[in-house]
Amino acid sequence: MARPAQAASRAGRTGGPGVAPAEMPADRTALRPAVAAAVSTRRGIELLLLAFAAVLTTGALVLVEANQNQQLTLQLLYLGLAYLALFSAAHVAVRRFAPYADPVILPCAALLNGLGLVMIHRIDLALALRASLQGNPAPDANALRQIAWVALGLTLFVIVLWRVRDHRTLARYGYTAGFIGLVLLALPAVLPSALSEVNGAKIWIRVGGVGIQPGEFAKILLTVFFASFLVAKRDLFTTAGKHVLGMTFPRPRDLAPLLIAWVVAMGVLVFESDLGTSLMFFGIVLAMIYVATERSSWVVIGLVIFGAGAFAAWTFVDRVQTRVAAWLDPLSDPTGATYQVSQGLFGMATGGMLGTGLGAGRPELVPLSSTDFIFTSMGEEIGLIGLMALLLLYCLIATRALRTALAVRDTFGKLLAAGLGFTVAIQVFVVAGGVIGLIPNTGQAAPFMSYGGSSLVANYVLVALVLRVSDAARRPAAEKGRSEPGAAPTPPRTPLAEAHTEMVSRSEAATPPHGNPVAPATPPRGRARE
Amino acid sequence: MPELVLQLTRAAFLALLWLFVFAALRVVRSDLYAASGLRAAVPGRRPSKGGATKPGRGGGRSSGPKALIVTAGALAGTRIALDGRPIMLGRADDSTLVLDDDYASTRHARISQSGDDWYVEDLGSTNGTYLDRNKVSGPTKVPPGTPIRIGKTVIELRT
Repeated sequence: MARPAQAASRAGRTGGPGVAPAEMPADRTALRPAVAAAVSTRRGIELLLLAFAAVLTTGALVLVEANQNQQLTLQLLYLGLAYLALFSAAHVAVRRFAPYADPVILPCAALLNGLGLVMIHRIDLALALRASLQGNPAPDANALRQIAWVALGLTLFVIVLWRVRDHRTLARYGYTAGFIGLVLLALPAVLPSALSEVNGAKIWIRVGGVGIQPGEFAKILLTVFFASFLVAKRDLFTTAGKHVLGMTFPRPRDLAPLLIAWVVAMGVLVFESDLGTSLMFFGIVLAMIYVATERSSWVVIGLVIFGAGAFAAWTFVDRVQTRVAAWLDPLSDPTGATYQVSQGLFGMATGGMLGTGLGAGRPELVPLSSTDFIFTSMGEEIGLIGLMALLLLYCLIATRALRTALAVRDTFGKLLAAGLGFTVAIQVFVVAGGVIGLIPNTGQAAPFMSYGGSSLVANYVLVALVLRVSDAARRPAAEKGRSEPGAAPTPPRTPLAEAHTEMVSRSEAATPPHGNPVAPATPPRGRARE
Repeated sequence: MPELVLQLTRAAFLALLWLFVFAALRVVRSDLYAASGLRAAVPGRRPSKGGATKPGRGGGRSSGPKALIVTAGALAGTRIALDGRPIMLGRADDSTLVLDDDYASTRHARISQSGDDWYVEDLGSTNGTYLDRNKVSGPTKVPPGTPIRIGKTVIELRT
């Protein structure tokens, strides 16, 4: 049995087990089942969980309709099936383009999205009822529009999975992404208020009735930028400085990138009067610097200067003052300035532990109950117990992204996945913290749940990127190079940023190391690496 | 809708919602115990049972090291089962053990088997490979339990 051993030794010579099957067709059949046995793709579990999510969503819809005394028709079942079909299409795309991707992220997002849709529909019903009682025409159904956004979001999801075959290609467009992201972030601030302001926050671009929040897309682009920037400039952040209180502080002159991020965040806060976007942007920067350097001093410095900046903004900007006042005392003006926050708190208090039951509460009393305050709507109707389950689903998405960051083997992928995971986590913190009175209310959309196209579409792109990285992380080595059918196995390239100084006098391919103890008779064959 | 039915469906929905959460947690549970930063499954680690390959040198040994364990460094706690295939160590993406260590080279060292013994071999690394304080120059036999040091990473073979 010299043959497998030789193949193994050759695989070792030529760079690893990854190229062995491509080199030896005879062994391929023998190797494949072993690979399949070693790493299962777990796509079946994903489909199962998606079906479960569809059952839950349909059940929620049935409960809403029953409690609202609507007729229970077969149409509800068809809606549930349509939901399942939509996500099955996304599942098939994952199967096709990222077969080893994480099996939990997509179903979690799908369930949050489904329950969000049901809640939006439920609030539509309530608003239509209120309008008919007041003799007004019924407002447009937001749920239908949201379904269109879901379809668009999933289409983009598939396109991202299809076009971005290797997340490392994104690193090449790091600065481009950073530039576009900054422009998107800053654009609403310079546009006239008529185009960019909704309810006081200048974070929109509204053209012809359709409004998008460019900040939602900017957060992904900026995460890509920071990942590639930190891979290239990691050393800048790890230069030694003074040790204070067990932390290594950077030298003052190395603070420039953080200060630039801080200026941008403060600019967003002052010129767009939106604490949420500002907090999210700065939070992502801090989290990624921390992930890249493992230094808590950056987080401390960042939080201190952000706190100082936010305090200054509170002193000078009226809108920030009203928000902070409503946060400190939500009941100070319950019919005026703090109406929304206080009604949201009352809604959750009404729900209590178990909630009023889906469709049996009055969530529509809170202004913007289907967008910024969807957490209170959920809290009212499914109670603390249900809300905790939803938060755990977000938690699962974020932890799976962080887990992906741990498992993937290139630095850019690590930073990208971690950054995207933190994006979801920070956004949920900002939204949920705002409505429960932990931090000043900011007016961000809850990912996947809230009514709002930009947030939904952007978050599906985010999920697609995380799945792409996790596919790379979990793909067994033998599968590499086979992802493109027919393509020759390409030698893995170390990104230039990661390449280290090496001795070049002893080229591995030209002069193999002497005295190979395994199979000295086999001549080295570097074919796969040429 | 009758009150009782309302209460029941309300509780049932919450129970189902939590069941979903637990199902998802169950799916990810398997990962929690696996070492991080490593694809533990080396292709072809388990010999296929189909009879296509006869048991080679890799399988069915009673003596000799069975696993490689990282005892210090960023990957500490990682375990790789040995199957007769060489283990590549280095920064390169396709190494068996990818060292994200400032002192490791792209293709740093190889640990391979000959007979019942395992040998470590430096592949021209910049900072060298050490077998229990001695710098490895040629292929050197690795007794089980002897530390192999690469930069800040220390690995051992265990029986």
